[in-house]
Amino acid sequence: MRNMRTSLAPRRAVAVIAAVLLAGTVAACGNSDTGGGGEATDDGKIVLGFSQVGAESGWRTANTNSIKEAATEAGIELRFDDAQQKQENQIKAIRNYIQQKVDVIAFSPVVESGWDTVLKEAKDADIPVILTDRAVDSADTSLYKTFLGSDFVKEGRLSGEWLVENSKAATGDVNIVELQGTTGSAPANDRKKGFAEAIAADPKLKVIASQSGDFTRAGGKQVMEQFLKAHPKIDVLFAHNDDMGLGALEAITAAGKEPGKDITIITIDAVKDGMQALADGKFNFIAECSPLLGPQLMDLAKKVHAGEEVPARIETEETTFTQEQAKEALPNRKY
Amino acid sequence: MSDANLRLRTLVGHRLFWPVAVLVAMLAANTIYRPGFLAIEVNNGHLYGTPIDILRLSAPLILVALGMTLVISTGGIDLSVGSICAISGAIACLYISEAPDQNNLGMVFTALAMALGVALVLGAWNGVLVSIIGIQPIIATLILMVAGRGLAQLITEGQIITINSGPYRAIGLGHFLTLPLAIFIALGAALLIAAFTRRTALGMIVESVGGNREASRLAGIRSGRVVFLVYVVSAACAAIAGFMITANVSSADGNAAGLWVELDAILAVVIGGTSLAGGRFYLSGTILGALIIQTLTTSVYAMNISPQTALLFKAVVVIAVCLIQAPAFRAKFGRRRRGTPPPPAPSPQRQKEEVPA
Repeated sequence: MRNMRTSLAPRRAVAVIAAVLLAGTVAACGNSDTGGGGEATDDGKIVLGFSQVGAESGWRTANTNSIKEAATEAGIELRFDDAQQKQENQIKAIRNYIQQKVDVIAFSPVVESGWDTVLKEAKDADIPVILTDRAVDSADTSLYKTFLGSDFVKEGRLSGEWLVENSKAATGDVNIVELQGTTGSAPANDRKKGFAEAIAADPKLKVIASQSGDFTRAGGKQVMEQFLKAHPKIDVLFAHNDDMGLGALEAITAAGKEPGKDITIITIDAVKDGMQALADGKFNFIAECSPLLGPQLMDLAKKVHAGEEVPARIETEETTFTQEQAKEALPNRKY
Repeated sequence: MSDANLRLRTLVGHRLFWPVAVLVAMLAANTIYRPGFLAIEVNNGHLYGTPIDILRLSAPLILVALGMTLVISTGGIDLSVGSICAISGAIACLYISEAPDQNNLGMVFTALAMALGVALVLGAWNGVLVSIIGIQPIIATLILMVAGRGLAQLITEGQIITINSGPYRAIGLGHFLTLPLAIFIALGAALLIAAFTRRTALGMIVESVGGNREASRLAGIRSGRVVFLVYVVSAACAAIAGFMITANVSSADGNAAGLWVELDAILAVVIGGTSLAGGRFYLSGTILGALIIQTLTTSVYAMNISPQTALLFKAVVVIAVCLIQAPAFRAKFGRRRRGTPPPPAPSPQRQKEEVPA
């Protein structure tokens, strides 16, 4: 294993084989070993180390694909790592990138806190860091160059505002249940916050239950099953992503209710399956959270590598969809 | 000692008494919080209610835990079951998603057979590593636990594969005699395993291998084969659980399917009274353990305990269950049960004297 010089794709294969042959411990060595020989930047290519959260949803996969494609197009050598939703894996990956002396490090933090030490290490090694999609709560903003991503608070707020607008006619309380994302993650915290701020405008709107569905379909479904049994009158479901909404859809149907009519469903993301549900009238509103930030990321990587100044916060371009808009937009969606 | 008193002691002394008591206590607490918790109604000709949900959702865990019970009984452990769930679900869903007619029953069976076949190979791999090569079970199965997730991701290409197949969906959500099919599948597997281990000498052989592998071998038992076999059975159980998990949401998620199920399964086995050191095993206890774990999760949602405190809540209940099951702890609190042990089974906690190296 030692001093093995390989290009990206075979190295991943080697890592897989190493894992199969020699268990997890050796697989970890495999990563750092290959890193020792992989610091070649002599061909002038920018090397970008990217640590992805995982593949927990359709959104994430579209995000991964966008980054991979954009890297190829931009001629940037991408070192990609999937952290499987674990912060320790991400910290490990970032440390590996520092050892490998990559030119730029980018990552989507699994959780908001606990990044100071590793970011400091990157700074000491003079490697610029770009945050994508999710933010960190470090007080020292000099630890990273910029944060490229969606404004989750805004997504929550747009969802809430739509609901306020559309429940003006309602008399009596509007009971809302909320499916939160992974506990402690930035999108879960911020979407919850933005939504709560927006619906505060109308005292009729009440969140009667709020639980974490971990951003997965299975989680959304299991939680919704219990919501439906615990609360006889649910008017609105607000899910922090499409996948949980899709899981909840099954629970609602199984309970003999009609999604989109008996229960108004608002979600965030606008992945393909979610947009399909919206076009089919099963969802009512989706606030988009675009995963296609690959091209913007590559652009930024080039800029920070060249030492150019970049704004500290860059928002991805996003919109919202109603059922009619979804029908129009669906044929042209890339994800 | 009066007759009633004797009976009470026998009851309290039964090894399933405390798990049952905990389960009943949890259901009672839920019912107090929400009087309709135990209500079951008929909806579209199917029984519908929280108790049914608990049974249906615990079916995959019961399956995995049954296989795990046998593995643990031989003094081993199988960490790879979660990954095998993900792989089997991914293979089945991938095959179905590419079929021209997703509702074709024969095609679904082909998909299931293929995925089950791969799972058996993976189980055999574990078995060979442990029984022939002699790697410690926790290390041997860790390999597949780590690599298997990657394999599942490779199969799904990192995507969540969504399928629309009636027959496949039925594994997770179908109904039979008004009850979810998943319950019957888990029950069937439990009866099958119970029949093979308790109606034949196999169960005793497994326990004796777990008690002392070398002594069993000298007594004429092919210990290696028995150990190999339990890993294959465990993988098969995990594969079927994987079908249920993916069928439940009609989508295969290589990353999330069966995540951490191995830990829940080990917990279920331990709650059920089987010692992690090997030796005697209790299938009924394991099933109870799985039901307790699922009831716990469902309680969190039903009582709307905030996600931040839910983990703590679960931990407290699990600690309580383990403590009241521990003989040393019970002895301290004066619940000594002398003279009237349940018929054959001595205290499960201290069954094991020797661990094979």
